[in-house]
Amino acid sequence: MIEHLPALMIAVPLFGAFIAPLLKKKGSAPAVWAVIITGVTLGMALLLVRQVLAQGMMVYVFGADKPTLVLPSGYRVPVRIIFEVDAIGAFMALSATLMSFIGALYSYSHVRNETGLEKYYALLLLLEVGILGMVLTGDLFNLFVFLEIAGIAGSALVGFRNYRGEASEAGIKYLIVSAVASLMVLFSIGLLYGQYGNLNIAYLSTQISFNTVDMIALGILFASFAMKCGSVPTHHWVPDAYTEVPSGINPTLLVATYASLYALFRVSFSLFGNITVNMSSLGWIMSILGVLTMFIGVTMALVQKDVKRLMSYHAISQTGYMLLGVGVGLAVLNDPAKLAAFGRDAMAGGIFHIINHIIYKSLLLMTAGALFYVTGTRNLNEMGGLARKMPYTTIAFIVGAAAISGIPPFNGFASKFLIYETSYQLSPIFAVFAMVTSVLTLASFVKVFASAFLGPPVKKYEEVREVPRSMVIAMLILAALCILFGLFPNVVLDKLVYPAVDALLKLGSYQTWGGLP
Amino acid sequence: MNNVILVNLPFIVVALLLAVGFYTIGFKRNLIKVVIGIEILEGAVNLFLIALGYVKGAYAPIYTMAPKEAVNNMVLPTPQALTLTSIVIGVAVSALMLAFAVNIYRHYGTLDVTKVRRLKG
Repeated sequence: MIEHLPALMIAVPLFGAFIAPLLKKKGSAPAVWAVIITGVTLGMALLLVRQVLAQGMMVYVFGADKPTLVLPSGYRVPVRIIFEVDAIGAFMALSATLMSFIGALYSYSHVRNETGLEKYYALLLLLEVGILGMVLTGDLFNLFVFLEIAGIAGSALVGFRNYRGEASEAGIKYLIVSAVASLMVLFSIGLLYGQYGNLNIAYLSTQISFNTVDMIALGILFASFAMKCGSVPTHHWVPDAYTEVPSGINPTLLVATYASLYALFRVSFSLFGNITVNMSSLGWIMSILGVLTMFIGVTMALVQKDVKRLMSYHAISQTGYMLLGVGVGLAVLNDPAKLAAFGRDAMAGGIFHIINHIIYKSLLLMTAGALFYVTGTRNLNEMGGLARKMPYTTIAFIVGAAAISGIPPFNGFASKFLIYETSYQLSPIFAVFAMVTSVLTLASFVKVFASAFLGPPVKKYEEVREVPRSMVIAMLILAALCILFGLFPNVVLDKLVYPAVDALLKLGSYQTWGGLP
Repeated sequence: MNNVILVNLPFIVVALLLAVGFYTIGFKRNLIKVVIGIEILEGAVNLFLIALGYVKGAYAPIYTMAPKEAVNNMVLPTPQALTLTSIVIGVAVSALMLAFAVNIYRHYGTLDVTKVRRLKG
């Protein structure tokens, strides 16, 4: 049972996605079904994490006599589709399943009055399948297929409110970006396949000699995944997509974005990890992109009037922190002394920031969704005095805003502090930009808090009440996670994050499986 | 010289198609044309994969009823399988994009991408 977990992680949500449309005429049955399926997947992800942390990397070969049999007798190269789950893959899978569960729970009330809900939940589950496939696979072509699944499901969800023209506009933007990015990924997969005749990441990484064609492939892969994870200069689709998507999907869509970030790390550290020369410059490029991303994102956020759009620009800016943290680690990858001194901690900061950011940004976008649910507008200038009417939403918003601004003892502080400390040692300018970005983040959230929750009550909203219970539960779970991760960062770091960092750093253990010569 | 061009002709066509596709996505204002641009890109990538797998004089990778001389002289089946998968995915993407385009035309009354700009800031 345990050895089949990587396959079941895909199979269960896929099964759920195909069953969901059959529940069309049963009222809220699709919602309950989605909560059950995502809950089961979350349980399996927890088992998977436990197994991977205890036993090391899991390899699952589809269609083999035994799921762990990598090389059939007489073969010198791996054939068949192979899933390889190491600590970082398990970490991302846990984030994805957790966020899908919370999203399904929140959607139960949030989109109850819309039509076509069975399709909504089917797409939500398909999006989860796409993310899980991306983070668990060890095969380049599979990565492309799941990237497309996540892209199609995600953009269909962005355009879910099809009675609004804006939703279709944001949806086609997201779809064009993801289609172009994944076609270019396929192109560079073709380049690599043409030279080495294999698609397995671990096998390819032992073979790569870094000639000109490899360099082109690396450049295209890097650019495409950076485009899909919303880094500057191709960040324009992020605010539109995050604003128009229903708030229940936001957590899953965030993880879908970070699955691309994961693919970027996988390409830089595992696929091209053997090359000793150019990785340091790639690390510098990644760090500089990170700094630009965080700064441009936050300055664009400051001037927004739409509450969800403001938070979406912050999502861009926070992606910059992850790029900076992992970029610092990549820049000193081939320098053991510096890597031990600050590189490993920088990467831990970057990867810890992924889960922290997913938690608090989902929380913030959900409070924005709650504001939209009760007021019917997202314009900050039309809101006011909602704190007394919606106490739980207000508490959730304060926790989220404090966490994103890096105020102790919330979780944003723990990861941001690691990034400040370590990026300072690579170049002080990076750390200065990171801190300035934090201050500006706080400033813009003070603006949101003052205009939406404080101030004189607006007459139009005298009748509003707190949002329904399932939305409150979803928000409070996330707020509790924010505080827990902030109070006990060491537990999360030791149990989840450092194993994930080591999985990225130790290329040798990723390459040696199944007795490959 | 002539032979070199003939052997590399598929790759030259791929490069041309990639250029045409990116030009169409970047500079055309009609949304349908942008979708067509993505289709051209997809055609380029699929052609690239097929051209990679082609070996002169080799046999198609069908193992049943294969003639004796085909043993050890077959093209790899992987690129063809990749291309088929990619075509299927491409159909889904283009269907979804066209559906979005139709919906945008219903709401905005135009397909001009410079006028479909209610989301800004």
